[in-house]
Amino acid sequence: MALAGTKKKPEVGVGVARDEEAKESLFQEFLGRIGQFWTLGVLVALIILFGTIAPDMYTEAAWNSTSSYAVEYLILAVGETFVILTGGIDLAVGATMGFSGMAGALVMSNLLANGANQTEATILGIAMMLVAGMAIGFANGLIITKLKIPPFIVTLGTMTAIMGGTDLLNNGGEVTNLTNFMGSLGSDTFLSGWLNYPVVIALVAAVLASLTLSRTKFGMRTYSIGSNEIAARRSGIHVDRHLIRVYVISGLMSGIAAILITANLSSANATTGTANDNLYAIASVIIGGASLFGGRGTILGTFIGTSIIAVLETGLVLANVAPFWQEVAIGAIIVCAVAIDRIRVKAGTD
Amino acid sequence: MVLGRRESCGGKLVTVTESGGGSSHGAPIIETKGISKQWGSVHALHEVDFAVYPGEVVGIVGDNGAGKSTLINIIAGALHPTTGSIFVDGKEVHFKTPTDSRDAGIETVYQDLALAPDLSIWANLFLGREITKSGPLGWIGWLDRKAMIEQAVKDLDRTQIRISSVNQRVGRLSGGQRQAVAVGRAIAWGSHVVLMDEPTAALGVEQQARVAELIRTVATHGVPVVLISHNLPQVHAVCDRIIVLFRGRIVAEVRPQDASIDEIVSYITGSSTVKAAE
Repeated sequence: MALAGTKKKPEVGVGVARDEEAKESLFQEFLGRIGQFWTLGVLVALIILFGTIAPDMYTEAAWNSTSSYAVEYLILAVGETFVILTGGIDLAVGATMGFSGMAGALVMSNLLANGANQTEATILGIAMMLVAGMAIGFANGLIITKLKIPPFIVTLGTMTAIMGGTDLLNNGGEVTNLTNFMGSLGSDTFLSGWLNYPVVIALVAAVLASLTLSRTKFGMRTYSIGSNEIAARRSGIHVDRHLIRVYVISGLMSGIAAILITANLSSANATTGTANDNLYAIASVIIGGASLFGGRGTILGTFIGTSIIAVLETGLVLANVAPFWQEVAIGAIIVCAVAIDRIRVKAGTD
Repeated sequence: MVLGRRESCGGKLVTVTESGGGSSHGAPIIETKGISKQWGSVHALHEVDFAVYPGEVVGIVGDNGAGKSTLINIIAGALHPTTGSIFVDGKEVHFKTPTDSRDAGIETVYQDLALAPDLSIWANLFLGREITKSGPLGWIGWLDRKAMIEQAVKDLDRTQIRISSVNQRVGRLSGGQRQAVAVGRAIAWGSHVVLMDEPTAALGVEQQARVAELIRTVATHGVPVVLISHNLPQVHAVCDRIIVLFRGRIVAEVRPQDASIDEIVSYITGSSTVKAAE
C-alpha cells in the first residue's frame, strides 16, 4: 500500500500490519484457504460416491427428483439466510409456506367455482400466496422488534399457530381445483426434460438474493446488524425497520416456495409445511457456513448446503439405504459444519 | 452528497490549520451554555459552560459519576439536556438523535469502538453512509465499492494509519489496528469535532502511545478532539486544556504546563477548590 508522506516517522502509524496477522499454523492456513469450499468438496464427493454405488444417480429421473426436492428448500433457505445473517432465526418458514399455499389455493378454487376466468384466478391466487407470506413475515418482524422478544420464541409461536391456521382454512382438507397455469408451471419442462420452471425460478431467486446481499446497501446493513447490532444503530441504521424488512423477505420467499410446491403437487395440502421443512432450511444455511450468531454466511454457501441435503435424499434412496439414514447423515453434517466453522474462527483464518 | 461533505471537510481543514495552533483563539467550534441534566433529584450536570476551539485537544477528567459521560453523550446527541443550549459554529442546535450530531460534523469514538467485525475495513468506514452508484443502480442501493475502497485508503493514509489492505475483515485485526480504524472513521467524517470516550482503555502501553500521537495528528489538522480518559498521564501529555468535573460541575480548567498531575488529582477528588484557566 502506498504510504506517501509517512516515511519520515513510521513509528507514528498505528497498528503494525504484517506480523500480527500472520500467526497461523499450516493446518489453520489450509482451513483458511479452502474456506467455505470444503462443503463444495463434500457435495462433489457425495455425487461421485452415490454415482459409483448407483449409476442411476446420473439419469434424468434422478436429477429431476433431486432438483424438485431441492427447489423448495433452496427458496426457504434463501429467505432463512437473510434472517440468520442478522443473528435471528425464522422457525416459521415451512409453516408460512404451507399456510400461504393453502390460502392462495383456496382463492383460486373459490374464484374458479364462482365463474372467474383462469387468468384472474391465477393472478389473485398467486398474489394471495405472496401477500400471505409477506404478512406473516411482517408480523414476525414487528413482534420481534417492537416487543423485543427473541426471534426463536416468536417464530416458534407463529410456526405453531400458522400450522393450526392452515388446517382451519380448509378444515384440514386438500384443495385440488387449481388453475391450468399452476399445472403447467409444475409439469412443463424444457431442455428435453432436464429443466423446469420451478428450478429456474429458484435459481433466479438465489442469484438475486446473492447480489442483494453482496452488492447492495441493504445487504451490507444486513451483515452489519448480525455482526454488531449496537454499531449498526450508532451508524444511524434504522435497525428495527431493517429487521422487519428481513423477516418480510423471509415471508416472501415462503410465499414463492408455496407457489412452486403447490404447482409441483397440483394441490394444496394441509400437511405441507412441517417442522422438517423449517429444520432443513436452517440446516442448509448452517451447512453453508453461516454463523447462527449472525454476520457471516453467503447464498452460495446456502445453495451448496441445500444441494447436499437434496443429493443425500436421492442418493440414499438409489443406493437402497433406508431413508431414515438421511436424517442421521444430515445431522452429522450439521455438527461437522459447525465444528469446522469453530476451528476456522478460532484460527482466525476466516 | 456524501463525498461533497468530505471535500468541504477537507477544505475546512486547511483554513483552520492556518488560523489554528493557539488553542483558545478564534470562535469556538462547539459551545455549551448552562447545560444541566437531571434524573429525578439527581443532578448529573450543573450549568456546564464548555467550549472547544479549532485545533485543540481538550481533556475531560473526573471521577466515576462526575458527569463526563453525560456531557459527552449530550454533545453526541445520545442524551438530551434538561436545560441549556448547544451551539455549533455559533448556531444553536437541537440534537434529537446521535445521527443529528453526526450530521453536524461531530463524530464519536466509543469505548467499544462500534465496529462490525465481520465487515471489511472499508465497509466499516462507510457503514450507514454508503456510497451508491449513480443512476438506476443507485436507486436499488447498488454499492459503489470502488469509490468507497479508494476513499477508505485515502482516509486511512491521511491519519497515517498503516494497514496492508482495506479489504481485510475488522475481526482479523489486532486491538490497536481496530482502534485505529475506529479513530480513522471518526476523523474521516468528523469535520467539526471528534469525541473520544476512553480511547486507550483496552490498549497496551505501546498502542496507547500510538493513539496519543494520532490524537495530536488530528488536532494539528485543525479538527479539535475532546478526550475523556482515566489515564491522567496521557491526558496530561496530550491535551492543550484539561477540564475537571466534580459532581456535575466544572471545578477546574487548567493547562498541563500550569498544573501537575497531582494537582489535577486533587481537583478530581474535590480536595482542591475551583481554579480557572487563566
